[in-house]
Amino acid sequence: MSQQSILQLRGLTKIFGQLTAVDHVDLDVAEGEFFTIVGPSGCGKTTLLRMLAGMETPTGGDILLRGKRINDMPANQRPTCMVFQSLALFPHRTVGQNIEFSLKIRGVESAARKTRALQLMRQLRLPENYYDKPVTRCSGGERQRVALARGLAYDPQILFFDEPLSAIDYKLRKTLEKELKDIHRETGKTFMYITHSLEEAMVMSDRIGVMRSGRLVQIGSPEQIYSHPQDKFVSEFMGEVNVFDVRLNGDGRLVSNAVPGSFVPPRLPPDFTSGYLVVRPESMRFLIKADQTENHVRGRVYNEYALGSRIQFQVRAGEQVFVVETLRQQMIGGRRDDDVLIGWNAADSILVTG
Amino acid sequence: MNPEGLLRWFVAGRRHALPLLALLAVGFAAPLFAVIAFSFAPPRTFSPWQTPGLTNYETIFAETYYQSFAWSLALALITVIILAAICYPLAYGLAKVFGKWANAVTLVLVLPLFVSENLRLYGWILFFIKNGVLLGTLKYLFGIEPESWLFTPAMTIFGMVYVYLPFMLFPMTLGVSMVPRETVEAAADLGANRLQVFYEVELPLAMPGIIIGCLLTFVLAVGAIAEAKVIGGQSVIPIVHDIEIAFTYSQNWPLGAALAVLLMLVVGALVLVVLRRFDLDRILKRG
Repeated sequence: MSQQSILQLRGLTKIFGQLTAVDHVDLDVAEGEFFTIVGPSGCGKTTLLRMLAGMETPTGGDILLRGKRINDMPANQRPTCMVFQSLALFPHRTVGQNIEFSLKIRGVESAARKTRALQLMRQLRLPENYYDKPVTRCSGGERQRVALARGLAYDPQILFFDEPLSAIDYKLRKTLEKELKDIHRETGKTFMYITHSLEEAMVMSDRIGVMRSGRLVQIGSPEQIYSHPQDKFVSEFMGEVNVFDVRLNGDGRLVSNAVPGSFVPPRLPPDFTSGYLVVRPESMRFLIKADQTENHVRGRVYNEYALGSRIQFQVRAGEQVFVVETLRQQMIGGRRDDDVLIGWNAADSILVTG
Repeated sequence: MNPEGLLRWFVAGRRHALPLLALLAVGFAAPLFAVIAFSFAPPRTFSPWQTPGLTNYETIFAETYYQSFAWSLALALITVIILAAICYPLAYGLAKVFGKWANAVTLVLVLPLFVSENLRLYGWILFFIKNGVLLGTLKYLFGIEPESWLFTPAMTIFGMVYVYLPFMLFPMTLGVSMVPRETVEAAADLGANRLQVFYEVELPLAMPGIIIGCLLTFVLAVGAIAEAKVIGGQSVIPIVHDIEIAFTYSQNWPLGAALAVLLMLVVGALVLVVLRRFDLDRILKRG
């Protein structure tokens, strides 16, 4: 991959006083890739992106754009562009003027600017008569599109996104996520996106980097991250999962402090002695007989939540609260305070370390 | 809301507005009408209750009062321009750079204004006068004897710039702090250099504060009188000075009133033109 890397980060570090916001990050982003960095708030992902865009100066390490070090290149000279969380549109300007801003700065004459702006507006499904509309009178989704069009008009080699969809309601966000992926395909540009939502990252990305406390803890395809989370943090970051501490017993089975019983392990990592077992809610089943799955636990239904096509149950067993999700039509038993038997197959569980 | 409720709300609203209405009636409307009425009275009379006429206005247009008007407007305009140039960097610093030091800087800027105006004006005279603190020291140390700046229009402007600085600075600081940091970063990210960021983004977005500061200082500076009289040494006579002379020395209240009405009209018209040009409402309501 390195021969076609557009962006390479080598030991990139940013320290604010006592706080190490970004801690020796190494990363290669391929040409034309949709790369997403996921992490909780405060993990340093915004600082990382701001360094790449030229709005923060790295404390250490290097940023290489097509092999050329750009650490000290000011933002206005970098061939990259950012779509901000706040969008940072120019409120005193029209939709057209916002989109054309970078062209005006470059001295492109006004007819050519307008042609390009209208072309981008068509591509982003903005009505043509919005050209003269003050950007402050646009809706949230329209503003998103204006911000994206403004970035694309700059014709950047890499487009950065700083959680632009986080303030948008769920339904529109789902639409815009898909549109963004389509735009990525149409333009063929390299997109680098940051978000705190792994779900959002899954939908759009070619590869995902999970960030924690300034470090990239795992980089991989959505499938790799989903199926093989590297540690407890990554697995918990995927949304609701069942995670409980386990250690390897002498008989080759797993035992836990939190959950009574012993369990058949999945394939053991080398030298495994103790760690965490991860079982996704959709891998858990209600059992009629204990031998229906390799592992089973006896518990009591605490509550149930309708999630549309699926139903989620909370089942208390020992000190652990298990989350079990079933399809609506597969629902069996399970009323509040019923004693139930739940289970999973070893192959559907994952062993991770702390 | 039903009619009864509407009535109740209206009455309550009126009742609460009464103190302010009374203050405005006594402090603003009554004197304003008195001045307007006096401006139509015959010259050198002391009652507005007479047959109105335009004699005072004829006198004004027949004589050279236009010079005083011109001086007043010019002094005020120059004051505003100098203030804008001095205050923008300061306002930028206060809003974006100084951080926790902003309060201390503000205090340092405002503190001298707590000194009474007379003390300050006569202090300047002692400092700048021939053989005074500044020139006397220069003469004693270096044997040079430059002309004193005292009693010139430039000194008048210096005094006004000094006095009205906070009235420009604070609205302007508010204006500059209204410019979102990310908007500025976005402009730079899209290729704008420092100067382009300034006139494409920072200046237009800070404009409401800048305009309010300019209008405030302009209106105050047009009405300034002490600076021109004391440190300006009456080298030029602003219109406010003419008005004062008419009301006091020459005991011609109707003429003074007519001058005051004209001044109000001129300043009011200028302010309206500026407000219309910049459409403050729209700028303030944006977002």
